[in-house]
Amino acid sequence: MSTAVGAPATPIDAPRGVRFPHVNYLNANYGIKSWLLTLDHKRIALLYLASVTFFFFLGGVYAIAIRLELMTPAGDLVESQTYNKLFTHHGVLMVFFFLIPSIPAILGNFLIPLMIGAKDLAFPRLNLLSWYIYMAGGIITLWALLSGGVDTGWTFYTPFSTTFSNGYVVAAGLGIFVNGFSSILTGLNFIVTIHTMRAPGMTWFRLPLFIWAHYATSIIFILGTPVIAITILLVALERLARIGIFDPALGGDPVLFQHLFWFYSHPAVYIMLLPSMGIVSEVIATFSRKNIFGYTFVAFSSIAIAVFGFLVWGHHMFTSSQSIYAGMVFSFISYAVAIPSAVKVFNWTATLYKGSISYDTPMLYALAFIGLFLIGGMTGLFLAALGLDVHVHDTYFVVAHFHYIMVGGALMGYLGGMHYWWPKITGRMYPEGWARFAALVIFVGFNLTFFPQFLLGYMGMPRRYHAYPVDAPVWQVLHVMSTSGASIMGVGMLIPMVYFIWSMRYGKFATANPWPATGLEWRTASPPPTENFGTTPVVTWEAYEFRPMEETEVIGPGDTPAQPIDGMQPTDGKNP
Amino acid sequence: MQYFPSWVPFAPEQASTLAGEVDALYLYLVTITLFFSVLITGLIIFFALKYRRRTPNEVPRPVAGSITLETLWTVIPLLIAMTIFAWGASLYFKMYRVPTQAMDIFVVGKQWMWKFQHGGGQREINELHVPVGSRVKLTMTTEDVIHSFYVPAFRIKADVVPGRYTTTWFEATKPGRYYLFCAEYCGTNHSGMGGYVVVMERNDYQAWLGGGATDSPASQGQKLFSDLNCATCHRNDTQDRGPMLAGLFGKTVQLDNGQTVIADETYIRESIVNPRAKTVAGFQQIMPTYQGQVSEEQLLALISYIRSLGTTNDSGAGGGATTGRDGGQQTTTGINPDAQRSNPTGPTTPGGTRAPVSTAPDSTGEQPDGANQPRSGRQQQQRSRGRQ
Repeated sequence: MSTAVGAPATPIDAPRGVRFPHVNYLNANYGIKSWLLTLDHKRIALLYLASVTFFFFLGGVYAIAIRLELMTPAGDLVESQTYNKLFTHHGVLMVFFFLIPSIPAILGNFLIPLMIGAKDLAFPRLNLLSWYIYMAGGIITLWALLSGGVDTGWTFYTPFSTTFSNGYVVAAGLGIFVNGFSSILTGLNFIVTIHTMRAPGMTWFRLPLFIWAHYATSIIFILGTPVIAITILLVALERLARIGIFDPALGGDPVLFQHLFWFYSHPAVYIMLLPSMGIVSEVIATFSRKNIFGYTFVAFSSIAIAVFGFLVWGHHMFTSSQSIYAGMVFSFISYAVAIPSAVKVFNWTATLYKGSISYDTPMLYALAFIGLFLIGGMTGLFLAALGLDVHVHDTYFVVAHFHYIMVGGALMGYLGGMHYWWPKITGRMYPEGWARFAALVIFVGFNLTFFPQFLLGYMGMPRRYHAYPVDAPVWQVLHVMSTSGASIMGVGMLIPMVYFIWSMRYGKFATANPWPATGLEWRTASPPPTENFGTTPVVTWEAYEFRPMEETEVIGPGDTPAQPIDGMQPTDGKNP
Repeated sequence: MQYFPSWVPFAPEQASTLAGEVDALYLYLVTITLFFSVLITGLIIFFALKYRRRTPNEVPRPVAGSITLETLWTVIPLLIAMTIFAWGASLYFKMYRVPTQAMDIFVVGKQWMWKFQHGGGQREINELHVPVGSRVKLTMTTEDVIHSFYVPAFRIKADVVPGRYTTTWFEATKPGRYYLFCAEYCGTNHSGMGGYVVVMERNDYQAWLGGGATDSPASQGQKLFSDLNCATCHRNDTQDRGPMLAGLFGKTVQLDNGQTVIADETYIRESIVNPRAKTVAGFQQIMPTYQGQVSEEQLLALISYIRSLGTTNDSGAGGGATTGRDGGQQTTTGINPDAQRSNPTGPTTPGGTRAPVSTAPDSTGEQPDGANQPRSGRQQQQRSRGRQ
């Protein structure tokens, strides 16, 4: 009889600062070498956590600087050139060094072997190498940003980036190029691991949806990232060797760059989003103690998003002088890719039906994710509507839209996931009250920051503007709202940083399965031992089987009212 | 067509024929968004309250999935999405299919200003004066990086791309001053690259035009044509070393590789800056490139001049010829030169004063004034000069 499911969520009250009673991956050995040369996926995940957090913090500082500048219509805080560097650096750091690696490289790395019952990823050395590559890319980019800066925007549009910009374009490009290999190796590692290292009985349709989401993400990593690498190479060739690829003065085509860039960068949005959706599925199941409604639909919608995501890049280019017929095709497929996302939202909502819902912090983030992703996704429909996009393209409407997806979606999922698995990662509980408070602050701050930007955008405020007209007072009102929201959100982000660090030493000890949840990762100690499981687990239960599937209720005629039964009917009789 | 008055909250003024239609689609989408947001958040809050955990150990029964529900919430959103798609696409076609009868304005973007030239030759920077109620066609290019011509009050935007011509159009409905922005990030002073589109009553516009009449683009082009000694090879009377240009505009040109191309602005521009890209059948590849020697504005003047040498109307049956690349946004038409004369000023101008637009000499050879008459003489001179 294990404690897997049904154990009450009562953390063990341990004296503060006491070391863990059992040997685990954190205290198995000590010393800087044991970390920098580790092949343990869990330690590598923590290396990523530290470095990704650093880049997130830096990107956040740039965001605050941008928002402060925009409080007044005149460009009075920094010079235009500086402002252009601010938003470029913000974008480059957040996209390439925070959003893309965050969930896969931290939580994916930590959890994929645990969730499928494996000892490690398929290629532990490759896994460590990918962190070193990430760091190399990060340091090169950081050097480029700090020594000279880049003013091209994170999109690097030609011929501005190849011919006209004086920034350190090639150096920043090199950093992103190098960093891409880290993504490719991570994706490769995940795919091989998921295919070959599942524990006995862990069939494809017993996999947690987090795994499905990461499988889909890995497909994009492997197929998409090489394209951005090639594109950066071409930009460098034109900039350094004056080979005409994008610059019409050299016989090139500037719009070709946009096609290549968005061929990667649109799917990259799903790299940020899909893992987050995976987290939401896990969290919703655990905190409503229900199996995910329409499991197979949610699983395959991830794959559908990954596949269709490659066919919609042209919707970034409706005003670019692209053919109007091409625009029609891209618009059509963009609506097709919206459907799997909608299916996920409906299924998550239906999962709550007749659940046992608790309001722990991870659940708050998951519910916030659904609401904010809904708005982000619906405004995506505005942008995919050809005739409407012409007006709102390259305005703050787009800025608001993709921040609802990337911050409201990806970041909320990431924070939810960090809270959900924190007890597993560190063996300690975070302070629940503070965490709920921070979630509320972040949610309010986020909406106050980005909702006014939808209005600004429809009123015609173009993006990447250092200054805006003085004779449009409403614009300033909205910008001030946005800036105050950003400040609130900034403070909100600091709170988890503080209490997470605090909890590593002073938090209560976590049980193996504090929530409780059904996944394999909760059937080993918190924190897990280096080899993850004492013996290889054998899986005989379905995903999210909180109660035996024989008791399943079918919605429709003849529906019997739900009778939540006191006292658990644990399924862990089947547990090894 | 004003579907909605300007009460649309947080919308810029509606000052073009398309603005109301864009706002109507916008409101349709806002309605759909509100519906689904209220539905989903309502359900989430309702479930979260109704099914909140009452005892720490309760475990609800699993609920089986439902194919019916999955089908419903796949098909219904798909159908709704298709209505948005169809509406959006039809509006898009209206925006980028430039009407054949429109007054021409050339736009050249450069870091960080907008340069305009009217059919009568008037030039402006960062401010564009147009008459109310007239269709205005913008033919645009840039001297450096990509810019984007954006007038929120008209709900139009089109990127301005180096090395090619893009076109867009509008018909202003209300006199006033409207923001003009560059919407595509273009470097240091991107946010300063803007100005106003000034929509004027037709009378005021005529008065304004009268103030700054200069050479029309076509006559400027004619002068350039002679300064650059183009007539050395492109004689007007007969085929010479280069193809004859009279009557070329809008015609289908047979190339030496067996393909054909419509002689529109993009083709003529390419033939001047990159003559080796396409060779007309029966001619040698001897023309040197003029890249770097002529500015974008001069190129537009040269094209105006070549157009003034006569257009071929036979290709214009289907509303005009299309360029090779796509026939979409870059659609340029073999515009009947009369278009400019008849539109927009002629009939409504009081007192019989003909506007500079209408007297613009970029018209066919029949026109006694302007381009045609002095041309032959000048070209004779050039040719002799060129063959010294």
